[in-house]
Amino acid sequence: MAAIESQALVASVVQLADDHLILGHRLSEWCGHAPMLEEDLSMPNMALDLIGQARNLYSYAAELEGNNRSEDDLAYLRTDREYRNCLLVERPNTDFAHAMLRQLYFAAFMQPYWQAVLDGKDSVLRGVAGKAIKEVGYHIRHAGEWVVRLGDGTDESARRMNAAVDALHPYTEELFVVDADRQYCIDNNVLPDPQSVRTLWQDTINAVFSQALIEVPEVTYPLVGGREGRHTEDFGFLLADLQYMQRTYPGAQW
Amino acid sequence: MYSQGLIGADTQTHETPEFLEAFQAKIDSEQKIEANDPMPQAYRNTLIRMISQHAHSEIVGMLPEGNWITRAPTLRRKVALLAKVQDEGGHGLYLYSAAETLGVSREQLTDELLSGKAKYSSIFNYPTPTWADIGAIGWLVDGAAIMNQVPLCRCSYGPYARAMIRVCKEESFHQRQGYELITSLMQGNDQQQAMAQDALNRWWWPSLMMFGPSDTDSQHSDQSMAWKIKRFTNDELRQKFVDATVPQAELIGLTLPDPDLRWNDTKNGEGGYDFGEIDWDEFWRVVKGHGMMNKDRLAARRKAHADGAWVREAALAHAARHATPDVALAS
Amino acid sequence: MPLWEVFIRPRTGLNHKHVGSLHAADAQMAVQAARDVYTRREEGNSIWVVRAEQIVASDPDLAAENFDPAGDKVYRHPSFYDIPDEVGHM
Repeated sequence: MAAIESQALVASVVQLADDHLILGHRLSEWCGHAPMLEEDLSMPNMALDLIGQARNLYSYAAELEGNNRSEDDLAYLRTDREYRNCLLVERPNTDFAHAMLRQLYFAAFMQPYWQAVLDGKDSVLRGVAGKAIKEVGYHIRHAGEWVVRLGDGTDESARRMNAAVDALHPYTEELFVVDADRQYCIDNNVLPDPQSVRTLWQDTINAVFSQALIEVPEVTYPLVGGREGRHTEDFGFLLADLQYMQRTYPGAQW
Repeated sequence: MYSQGLIGADTQTHETPEFLEAFQAKIDSEQKIEANDPMPQAYRNTLIRMISQHAHSEIVGMLPEGNWITRAPTLRRKVALLAKVQDEGGHGLYLYSAAETLGVSREQLTDELLSGKAKYSSIFNYPTPTWADIGAIGWLVDGAAIMNQVPLCRCSYGPYARAMIRVCKEESFHQRQGYELITSLMQGNDQQQAMAQDALNRWWWPSLMMFGPSDTDSQHSDQSMAWKIKRFTNDELRQKFVDATVPQAELIGLTLPDPDLRWNDTKNGEGGYDFGEIDWDEFWRVVKGHGMMNKDRLAARRKAHADGAWVREAALAHAARHATPDVALAS
Repeated sequence: MPLWEVFIRPRTGLNHKHVGSLHAADAQMAVQAARDVYTRREEGNSIWVVRAEQIVASDPDLAAENFDPAGDKVYRHPSFYDIPDEVGHM
């Protein structure tokens, strides 16, 4: 693989890995604090799926890069501007409605995206996709069932669900943003174009929202920036947590 | 993760001598007691108390380790810790299920925990200020728990015994996870080694306290042993734990914080470690709510319960409106 | 929150077996919770959930009446019947 293409692939794989790590991190914050005990098992299950996918992706990126960096070097030892996750996944938990909606938005995008990766020419990514499709299919069902119950539950839950939609929907547009590196991968049939799964994403969201009695909002002003390394204020605190040990004890083995 | 030696069980019985004798005969012939079987009220009460204390311990036990999930130093350590803390939630759930077969509800048990009425293992009222505490908890606290839980797999009450079999099977990775973590610290730099030793210094004595009051001060052991709810006394289990753990510490270069600790060839006929006096004042102080983290632990559980109320209400309201005819009939 | 009993089939070809219980507002969420609680280590490939109150149990006080009478019906078992050794396995 030519050097330039390799660099573009590394950047795109890291971008995908960042999405998974950061969303997994947010979900893992719930462990021990969920609304009911059963959910204290469900949320870590999803977080473990996401962090597992992130590990596969970071490992692959590290291998492609060939600089002797490990999955942990990539996950822990970059500055805020170097993380390229979309803003959606870093948004704070706020409440259970936010958490489930954020999960649904992301999973409804990743499932068809992974499906399309299976048609690409990168066998490692096809392997990651094959496993992730099943995991993320469950995330759609679990988060989707909750969005329906909260949207069509009590007055309070409907109010909270609609507040979550208002807050998070503007961040969904960034799922479809393509930067130069991703474009290079798309042009070379290594990764699919996010735009190609937009209709499928919208269909899933429409189906859930209609059962949840939620209107799909029109987004006039999308909120984007993560793909360029411009993050919200909450992200710095997330990194402070995530990186605490690696930054405090540089070079130590754990 | 763990049930403490039982605190404050009701051992009054009101049944006829014939009934109690027949019950004891059934126990003595190693038959399991099942949920609907007749049983002395004191047997039922003791089990409810014991299983619910055990369940609460698992649930509260998620907090000190959960404290480090977002800060775990590598992704490998992070997934292991997340899976372990999740398991503890699962163990709490299995145990609440077992308690519910005795006629108490999850809501009642939760209320008792949140009101501060129910007890849970005092070990979880100690803080986890450093990453090494995650290793110490896995190695020592889960190690002590396993000592206690393996015999509970043969408890005379069927649903508890079956829950414990599942718990023990799942927990087999927990202690290894902790010991591996501590070992890697001892193979690391000076700061890491100091962190590991400091964690051992703080967790050693509270781990020994996990087995509950000494046999000479424990009012409930005799009846619980006769009913085969417990199979070993607190002191027997504590001794087994010390004997198993001391060589593990020495192997990786850790020093146990007990100047009186030494091997005694003649102990209990087959050799064992003599060890120093446990600070029982500290034990009772923490049990009674005055440990460093008691208030924080309960506050965290109360907050999760209160914050989740609207979610549970929404799920019930949705279910009531969308119930299928069959399910509606059932309710 | 209703109580559900959970039954898991460890693998195709075996019966579903009772494994425990959990709480969920409705059947759909009960199945999902059962998946998350009771199959984290490949314990099965199929889940049943039943509202606990829907289960009808035999009375333990009638256990002797119900089950002891089967104890002496030895003619229900193959070892009750003598056949020539030469026949071999039958």
